[in-house]
Amino acid sequence: MLEVLKQSSNPDILKPLLIAVKELAQKFQTVYGRKPAFMEVCGSHTMSLARSGIKQAIIEDVNLISGPGCPVCVTDQHSIDCMIELAEGDGRIICTFGDMMKVPGSRQSLMDAKIRGKDIRVVYSPVDAIDIAEKNPDKDIIFLGIGFETTIPILALLIKDAKARSIDNFSIWMSTKLVEPILRTLLNAGDVILDGFLLPGHVSIILGEEAYGFLPQEYKIGGVISGFEPAEMLSGIHKLLEMVLVKQPLIVNDHRAVVKKQGNAVAKKLMEEYFSVSDEAWRGIGTIPESGLDLRQEYNQYNAKIRHHVNPGEPKKTKCRCGEVIRGFIRPTGCALFGKACKPTNPIGPCMVSAEGSCSAYYQYLREID
Amino acid sequence: MEQRISLAHGDGGELSHQLIKNVFIKAFGHRDKAMFDAASLTLPGNEIAVTTDSFVIKPIFFPGGSIGKLAVAGTVNDLAVSGARPLYLACGFVIEEGYRLSDLKRIVADMALEAKKAGVAIVAGDTKVVERGSADGVYINTTGIGVYEDEKKPNLAFKTGDAVIISGTIGDHGMAILGARGELGITVPVESDCASLNSMLMKIVKDVEDVRIMRDPTRGGLATTLVEITEDFSITITIKESSIPVREEIDGMCELIGFDPLYVANEGKAIIIVAEDQVDKALSIMNGYPEGKEAVVIGTVSSLEKGRLLLETPIGSKRLLSRLSGSMLPRIC
Repeated sequence: MLEVLKQSSNPDILKPLLIAVKELAQKFQTVYGRKPAFMEVCGSHTMSLARSGIKQAIIEDVNLISGPGCPVCVTDQHSIDCMIELAEGDGRIICTFGDMMKVPGSRQSLMDAKIRGKDIRVVYSPVDAIDIAEKNPDKDIIFLGIGFETTIPILALLIKDAKARSIDNFSIWMSTKLVEPILRTLLNAGDVILDGFLLPGHVSIILGEEAYGFLPQEYKIGGVISGFEPAEMLSGIHKLLEMVLVKQPLIVNDHRAVVKKQGNAVAKKLMEEYFSVSDEAWRGIGTIPESGLDLRQEYNQYNAKIRHHVNPGEPKKTKCRCGEVIRGFIRPTGCALFGKACKPTNPIGPCMVSAEGSCSAYYQYLREID
Repeated sequence: MEQRISLAHGDGGELSHQLIKNVFIKAFGHRDKAMFDAASLTLPGNEIAVTTDSFVIKPIFFPGGSIGKLAVAGTVNDLAVSGARPLYLACGFVIEEGYRLSDLKRIVADMALEAKKAGVAIVAGDTKVVERGSADGVYINTTGIGVYEDEKKPNLAFKTGDAVIISGTIGDHGMAILGARGELGITVPVESDCASLNSMLMKIVKDVEDVRIMRDPTRGGLATTLVEITEDFSITITIKESSIPVREEIDGMCELIGFDPLYVANEGKAIIIVAEDQVDKALSIMNGYPEGKEAVVIGTVSSLEKGRLLLETPIGSKRLLSRLSGSMLPRIC
């Protein structure tokens, strides 16, 4: 497997692909008088594009816009404040992915709370949270359930596992988001020029290529499902360019080895079984109806929002423009705070914290080098 | 019954005496120096180097070493990369009440073995015991003294075109420790690279002209140490991603959990910057030592201004590398 991955960073493969992308982008510019604009929906793509140097290499040729696919970044401030406030309760252990630790709340971050002695644990695998619950029967264990469809099936498994092991001191604070509603919201608003989407391979493993059919059918815009290795992403961009040049928007599955037409039926069934659609608040956008999943009523005992009440108060207003960054209105560098008041060591907004955040990707990989 | 460390082992009385005599002096020797409150030493030359380091690594025993081996090698390497020949070590132990005596003996034996390998003498020490729960097992501080010989030291006279060499694969220590903690639920088939590098580095200092600087990329990894060099001396270094040696297992594991090997700690590696025309000589010396057999050139000093570290990606574009921001993994050394 590693041999295959290595091939994907082989300069002998990458360089001709890069030239081909540049040539097609030039053709597009000749026809349309502007650069082609593609949105990479997912934060992992943003990171990989920047880290591999692809974004820098085609910056003059293709406008790559970072989309709303970083789960921490799209979480609105009130939800973040609620999750941090949870740590204040006595007898609780908060389990979270590492990304959440430094996300700034209105008053403090989880890291601040941990330094003050609150029991907050970073888990690499959510299943660890169940083990922690089993080992600490006198504590309430709360898992911060953030994520898109890639993560949600795992949350379902957590509930299944907790139930099977009769663990009743465990709950999830659900703050999940769905891909389709946010793409529809962006396209309905229509205020960002887009020629196509680079669609994330991992979410697509769950959703399947059929899930994106609404893009060409209803919005006349195409997308390519792509992996995260340099050659895969360049190939995806190349296919997007080919598609826009012949004006035939389609969903192309460029990640066939792992993404099936219908997706992962087992994972989808799990989501269906444990969750139902809910309205979710998105950072900088507001509440989008039916844009997330919450636990079904019969699983209320695992629903942290029902078991634990928090009141973090009104969110503090900052000049952070994460909300506009995730909608593709501005690049991170368009925010006055970027790189000055807001840095990875002192983040003002979640986009600067998350390993998938656009601002973090820009700060780490795309600052001017000349 | 299993013998364990009690608070009385640290109170300066009979049990302390027995611990020092039967564990520390037995392993380290130098009883003549232990009779006084301070060891008196005679040092050759005029200029000496002093360094100190505390070790709180968890787990205490890990694949490829232990806190004892690390406490010697870590301080020996800090002296050696400065161009000084390590001669003496002093060590301080903070031990948690209830710690197994047999484990303490293993740690001390590892220290004695590594000191022997590195040719340094452990001549002074101290032991404190704290109540159960006030420390996690054992913490060790070591202070090292080294001397500069033959007036030869890395000269810091950087020139454009100088070569940046790494003595071997990166990320081994950090990932071995992460694996050894068992938090990931994956088996890590790698050992820590923890090792004393002084024999190899002393040979470099002695035989290679125009060594600019030597550093050991421990916490913060290769990238953070190189960023420090570029900022401290206002030079630009460009390293080539495809030239940086990373074991397949480390690469795969980093990929899996989202770490960048450039920022993962090493404990037996050195970065050496030498003049362009000295590269072959430096590499042939390093390749002759087990700790340097995978040494390679990973980049160059590309300009004498600006103080920044650039990484050339396989696609040919360059990006700026910064220091590791925040904590990747606590208690790795």
